[in-house]
Amino acid sequence: MSTQRHSSYSCFLSYDQFAKIFDVLHAFDYEVIGPTLEQEAIVYGSIRTVDDLPRGWTDIQEPGRYRLQQREDDALFGYVVGPHSWKQFLFPPVSTLSTADRTDVGWQFSEAKQEFPKVAYLGVRACEIAAMQIQDRVFLEGPYVDHEYQSRRRQALIIAVNCTQAASTCFCTSMNTGPRCQQGFDLALTELPEGFLVEVATPEGEAVINSLESEDVTPEIETAAETARQNAVEQIKKELDTTDIRNLLMSNLEHPHWDEVAERCLSCTNCTMVCPTCFCSSVEEVSDLSGDHVERQRQWDSCFNVSFSYMNGGLVRNSIRNRYRQWLTHKLATWNDQFGTSGCVGCGRCITWCPVGIDLTEEVAILRQSQEQSLLESEQEADHLPG
Amino acid sequence: MSKPTLAVFKFASCDGCQLALLDAEDQLLAVAGAINIVNFPEASSRMESGPYDIALVEGSITTPRDAERIQQIRRDARYLITIGACATAGGIQALRNWGDTAEFMRAVYATPEYIQVLDNSTPIAEHVSVDFELRGCPINQHQLIEVIQSLLAGQVPRTPRHSVCLDCKRRGTVCVTVAQGIACLGPVTQSGCHAICPSYNRGCYGCYGPAAQPNLISLSTHAINAGDSGTQTAHRLRNFNAYATPFREESQRLKNQSEEEA
Ligand code: SF4
Ligand code: SF4
Ligand code: SF4
Ligand code: SF4
Repeated sequence: MSTQRHSSYSCFLSYDQFAKIFDVLHAFDYEVIGPTLEQEAIVYGSIRTVDDLPRGWTDIQEPGRYRLQQREDDALFGYVVGPHSWKQFLFPPVSTLSTADRTDVGWQFSEAKQEFPKVAYLGVRACEIAAMQIQDRVFLEGPYVDHEYQSRRRQALIIAVNCTQAASTCFCTSMNTGPRCQQGFDLALTELPEGFLVEVATPEGEAVINSLESEDVTPEIETAAETARQNAVEQIKKELDTTDIRNLLMSNLEHPHWDEVAERCLSCTNCTMVCPTCFCSSVEEVSDLSGDHVERQRQWDSCFNVSFSYMNGGLVRNSIRNRYRQWLTHKLATWNDQFGTSGCVGCGRCITWCPVGIDLTEEVAILRQSQEQSLLESEQEADHLPG
Repeated sequence: MSKPTLAVFKFASCDGCQLALLDAEDQLLAVAGAINIVNFPEASSRMESGPYDIALVEGSITTPRDAERIQQIRRDARYLITIGACATAGGIQALRNWGDTAEFMRAVYATPEYIQVLDNSTPIAEHVSVDFELRGCPINQHQLIEVIQSLLAGQVPRTPRHSVCLDCKRRGTVCVTVAQGIACLGPVTQSGCHAICPSYNRGCYGCYGPAAQPNLISLSTHAINAGDSGTQTAHRLRNFNAYATPFREESQRLKNQSEEEA
């Protein structure tokens, strides 16, 4: 995706024209990845035609629970985010970084050679664009650039979709990341009963649209799109109060509430795995049996994995309490110190996909309440002091 | 220098773990270049006496004779490695530890007085010191090769202790508990199988035993809140690794709770 110096404009694509976008993208050598039904969920996978999209399906989400449900219409994007995120394509769960071979003249080291195909990511939501931009900071904007991520990211065409509904777990409005896609895309679609309002933001996106027969946007279409997007805003009920959240968490590191969460948390790693911004990995050397060929492999890892904090001498985070606290404080507090942004975009995945339904927004609210309560008590005490 | 010797021993077990070793043909051939396999009942009737550099022990201790035999193997082996749920946790046969052994014998054998068994099926480590426990029902052949290779190279074997969930996520499997309401032991079970059951729409059966620091009470409480009975939840833990301490204690707690309620 190129930067959006391009002045953006809108057009309308009928469903029939939209169905042709797959051929156009393939002709431009893009592999298309987008939402599709699999394993009783809407996941991200390879899309060949419009029929691979979850037409007429939606998702019902709550803490620890996700169910598919048939819609009353034939919407193609009538659901929110699912168990997968784009992270698994830009930062794959397992990858080989380099190899070493024993030869007659000693060890030969080489960087793993990889081809990076052009990929069109279709159906990227506003919170997901925000998540990509957070991972950009992590992988591209620090002193060490992750070349694999960089190559994949450069090749990406982002076809965003504005949410027109929300799940009970969504709280992008609290994190200022959605539900409207503001930037960071090549094309952004708003789905309407007859087709799509398309915002064209980059030359790459324009090239795709120019290969299709688009129509002008009428004021009626504009209004209908606005209403559809507003519907998502109104459905968002979950909130995370981020006021001074860094200090709230960091000044309560010994709060008894961490013990209470630890009684429920399984330390199973699911929240960090589904989180579109979590970037932790571990690297290990894997040799063949002869020991002559060694691969350095990187795989997703998590601060909830008991071994993840192993240092010589032992485990730094040797209890579930410490591990849950690490996750929450990293996401919402120390991430800011590290990268100048929150580590949370409000997508709600960690809430839905936690097998015991732990909701980070509730845990933060309890800490906040308790802090406010003790402030109140100390003020009252001060008032009663003889003065 | 002669090649290190490896011997395989069998106690109460189904031989599945030895089969996993046999199954690893290609790797085994490569390993065979580096070691001398002197005792492997599932592959050859040749038996050589000790000492051995590496003893792989499959199966649990269930008879007085076995309890003696393992002592000699320990004396003969430089490294004693237990393989599989039977050897590391007592196996499925440890279910009898909650029953009446004499009654079982009367039900099964015409002349139970000829049978000499212990009341409990117990893991090898309850009888002798064990250098490394390789979990699984059956074990993962890649992990076994890793263990043998590491011993040969003088390294600590790398067998991850994290939950099965991490593997589900790495391979892109959608959680069967969250998306389908299927009970799953994955969050409290150690990795090793590459999360195969959830990828076939099954909950994890706990074949690799308890993960490190498992939170069993939270998982059972959640299952019970979702509508399972305490007995169902307890029985889920009473499989191949029923007698592994965390599973044993939690299933007992659930049973006691159900009895009190009844
Ligand atoms: S912390 Fe949870 S809600 Fe926030 S971005 Fe990660 S998965 Fe989404
Ligand atoms: S929350 Fe945990 S897994 Fe996620 S980035 Fe931070 S340390 Fe890594
Ligand atoms: S918060 Fe939930 S998903 Fe995250 S580690 Fe704990 S139990 Fe697992
Ligand atoms: S299916 Fe089971 S093992 Fe996999 S993520 Fe869900 S709870 Fe964990």
